Amino acid sequence: MKHGSVLEVSEVSVRFGGLTALNAVSLTVAPRQVVGVIGPNGAGKTTLLNVLCGFLRPDEGQVLIDGRHYRNLRPHRLAGLGIARTLQGVGLFERLSVIENVMIGASCRATAGFWPALLGLPQSSRDERRLRQEASQALDRVGAAGVADAWPGELPYGMRKRIALARALAAKPNLLLLDEPASGLAEAELDELGGLIRELAAETSLVIVEHHMDLMMSVCDSLVVLDFGKVISRGSPQEIQADPAVTAAYLGASGSDDD
Amino acid sequence: MRAQSTPRVLGAALVVAVMVVILSIRLNTFRDYQIAEIAIEVTAVAGLTVLTGLSGQISLGNGAFMAIGAYTTALITLHLGWPFIAVLVIAAAVTAVAGAVVGLAAARLHGPYLAGATLLVGVALPSVANAYPGTFGGDQGLNVVFTTPGFLGVNFPLTRWQAWVCSAVALVTLVLLANLSRSRVGRNWRAVRDNEVAAALAGVNVARTRILAFVVSATCAGMAGALLAIVTELVAPGAFTITLSIALLTAAVIGGLGTLPGALWGSLVIILVPTYATDVATSHGLSSSVASNIPVAAYGVVLILVMLIFPQGIQGGVRWALGLFGIPSAPARPAASVPDVTPRAGAAPASQHTVPARKGSPPESQEKEGTP
Repeated sequence: MKHGSVLEVSEVSVRFGGLTALNAVSLTVAPRQVVGVIGPNGAGKTTLLNVLCGFLRPDEGQVLIDGRHYRNLRPHRLAGLGIARTLQGVGLFERLSVIENVMIGASCRATAGFWPALLGLPQSSRDERRLRQEASQALDRVGAAGVADAWPGELPYGMRKRIALARALAAKPNLLLLDEPASGLAEAELDELGGLIRELAAETSLVIVEHHMDLMMSVCDSLVVLDFGKVISRGSPQEIQADPAVTAAYLGASGSDDD
Repeated sequence: MRAQSTPRVLGAALVVAVMVVILSIRLNTFRDYQIAEIAIEVTAVAGLTVLTGLSGQISLGNGAFMAIGAYTTALITLHLGWPFIAVLVIAAAVTAVAGAVVGLAAARLHGPYLAGATLLVGVALPSVANAYPGTFGGDQGLNVVFTTPGFLGVNFPLTRWQAWVCSAVALVTLVLLANLSRSRVGRNWRAVRDNEVAAALAGVNVARTRILAFVVSATCAGMAGALLAIVTELVAPGAFTITLSIALLTAAVIGGLGTLPGALWGSLVIILVPTYATDVATSHGLSSSVASNIPVAAYGVVLILVMLIFPQGIQGGVRWALGLFGIPSAPARPAASVPDVTPRAGAAPASQHTVPARKGSPPESQEKEGTP
């Protein structure tokens, strides 16, 4: 299985004390594939994303990135490995301008270090110009070029989510992890988001965690359904819709708590 | 911080340098001494304002870094007799290492825990001098010999030379910090300050970024300590009490956290208000018990007034005033604030797994799901 998949999660289990948040979950993402992770609240979707990002170390199982296992996967190393992630909500840097927010996303490919920056060498300003240019392109991509100099706090929620997406795109990832990209968006914005995801899938793989079923059914190539930390179903959107186990999980869990 | 181009920063530094030279020649010895004092304060406060305003970490221990710089200077001058420029570089390097050590611990701490840990450093470290009186001279401290260089002639006042040296170091420090602030390094500091989880996911090494801020801040404090050693010509524990560390933070806050001009305004207030108040009190023939308390009262009143009128510090007021004349010094930006020193909701050790909730941002659901 060398380089056949961008990401391979095999038999990953995570326990918080006595509670099993993930139970032997496996997941494979092929190049330019859009994989959706769905499930009732508390099913372990975000825990799975946190394992992929190195925020949580799995108690069992392993995560292979481009066919390689990283023993000490730290979140900040992901960008260098070609993986970018958006957060639930927006998670923007509130006291950085929009363009600076996106430049942070691009800076995993910066070359000038501390000393050129301290001494104000031309190398440092060349680097800055390049990052700024790449950040502008990413903003352009999500249709937010007009707000480059605004502060995140001044913008409507939908626009803030686009900027968070642009920040992830600025890293030019091979794999993009989106955590609830549709939450809080208006109907018209959802259509745009769907279109954008399909466009992005032409050059990168995506893993999407989302509750919005219509969106997931329309953009995902394949889906994984989690319930109580276990994979209860996987397959194409059509197969998932037809699976009685999925329906049962959603209806059965409808009265329980949410996260 | 708004990006200022390199020529503008260098131009401003040059103007200030010329002003210092003219002032130091025209003013008397006591004023020259004050110029040196202000320059020392600026050097230390600039480092602290970067640490606290940009990287969002608080330090109540920068007085201890000044002590390290000062004692390094005293010991090298005493035992090796090296020229000051070499001593300054060594003092900076030694405090940089000390800053890295403290920063290493600080990178895991937030809010009140960080304030407490650095407070401990600020209180404990200077008293090491008392524990080893053989090396550090105990309470009496160490004398530092500093003279004017020969090419200035024998009649050149020492205080003027001290004012020049201190101002030169302060200005170079400000220019270098301005470079850092508007570079990727400064942007990473601000990103880590605003949202550590998002910064890490964007590829910023949060721990390294935070430690680097501590190293830079400690280095500035160390150079300030070296300057203090050659100006007071005595290095003793009494000069590095916790009051010093708090005065540095006070200057950074009233000047305007995270702004380098603010470091200058804050230092001017801290140094000049008490002496000016003393002058006024004595010239009005007040009884000594009243007169001796006037500076403290005046200092307190100035602090309260500045924070009431300009919550973003004096530099915030300067920006506002420039705005009245239609000079855009910087766009209106979200207010810089003192880092939150209240405990976070939820246990600190688990904070890596949660998105820290921020004031003013839409409610974000906690990321950690599945925990009871």
